[in-house]
Amino acid sequence: MFDTALTAADFAFLAKGAGVTILVTLVSVLAGTVLGILFGVFRYQVGPVLAAPLTFVLDIFRSIPLLIQLVLANAFLGTILRLNISGFAVACIILSLYTAAFCAEIVRGGIEAVPATTRRAARSLGMTWGQDMREIVLPLATRVALPSWIGLALGVMKDSALVYIVQVTELLKSTQILITRLQEPLLLLMICGAFYFVISFPLARFGGYLEKRWSND
Amino acid sequence: MFNYTFQWKQALARLPQMLDGALVTMQIAILSMAIGILLAVLLTMFRLSGLRLLSAIARTWVEIARNTPALFQIYMAHFGLGSFGLHLSPFASILLGITFNNAGYLTENFRGALKAIPETQTRAARSLGFGQGGAFRYIVLPQMLRIAFLPMTNQMVWAILMTSLGVTVGMNSDLYGVTQDLNALTFRTFELFALAAVIFYLITKVITLGARLIAARLFRY
Repeated sequence: MFDTALTAADFAFLAKGAGVTILVTLVSVLAGTVLGILFGVFRYQVGPVLAAPLTFVLDIFRSIPLLIQLVLANAFLGTILRLNISGFAVACIILSLYTAAFCAEIVRGGIEAVPATTRRAARSLGMTWGQDMREIVLPLATRVALPSWIGLALGVMKDSALVYIVQVTELLKSTQILITRLQEPLLLLMICGAFYFVISFPLARFGGYLEKRWSND
Repeated sequence: MFNYTFQWKQALARLPQMLDGALVTMQIAILSMAIGILLAVLLTMFRLSGLRLLSAIARTWVEIARNTPALFQIYMAHFGLGSFGLHLSPFASILLGITFNNAGYLTENFRGALKAIPETQTRAARSLGFGQGGAFRYIVLPQMLRIAFLPMTNQMVWAILMTSLGVTVGMNSDLYGVTQDLNALTFRTFELFALAAVIFYLITKVITLGARLIAARLFRY
């Protein structure tokens, strides 16, 4: 049962796939978070009516399968606009917007959790809007938003398994290529699953810990 | 730069086939949710049972479901079980994969919902003569399902979006699979998938709105 044709070169191939998974995730989470914060603050600031178009667009990213988003973006950028764009770039663009759509929601929730009276007090002490945002809202909203944000980042890592559709060979795709060659699905899938689990589980636990610790006071 | 002729008619001509696919998608999502809820209630009972083996099973299930990609779980159901000689059809694989995922996430939702139900209620029920099972069945469970109703709606939307992953194990009768087959025939990639996206969007909206109406009716007191 433990005989395997898996070689060191195959491991290197898997490691490369894992590297791509991590890279796509990092780029998308970073870009998506920056965008998400901008969108979230904007939505909170201008109110539900004026922000309706943005809300609608962001909602689309959350209501359509990621696979279809990737295929559509690929077809739109590559076939229709005829841009010479790599699959990796398409994957990062779509995953960033996807992250931003969820992040905006988290940010808005975080800002709304800051009591209006606290903010009014800050403003009446002479703080500007920027100071109020930086010194009062940011620390308080982070407490509410960070656990959800960790969950979002991990979700994006797991969803990055779908970028194979735009010809990006990330971890799960590398695993599948090896499965086709070695015909040992169980072993290879276990290795792949273990990789995701080892990254995701401790961080998810940490998020849960933060949530518990920060919720009492 | 922009010399592409959209052929929406070609895509719209295939709408009936895609709507048939949407029905299969709905079928998978509803089945996986129904079985997933039953399994999640069972796993919640495992967690509450106080028996170490049962709660370990529940914990392992939840952690694997939540910490690995859904696509990985579907591969496991299809290729992983295949190496045990258990060859599932694409439909069964996708159903099993999504159900596993749903059950894990829903168990976690139920855990959150249980926190909102005061311990004293169980004790009150027990002192009124309910058995351990009866107290859970008649007192805790209905409140838990009610509190977890919104997360359950979200999970249903996820289940629908996840059915698109069936294509990776050779499923071609669901909405995504149908669209992909049509794409191989016509090469109108953008038009076909845009239409599929609209259908997916409408389905998720109908479900979210429907759930809100049901919630308003069921939980009006």
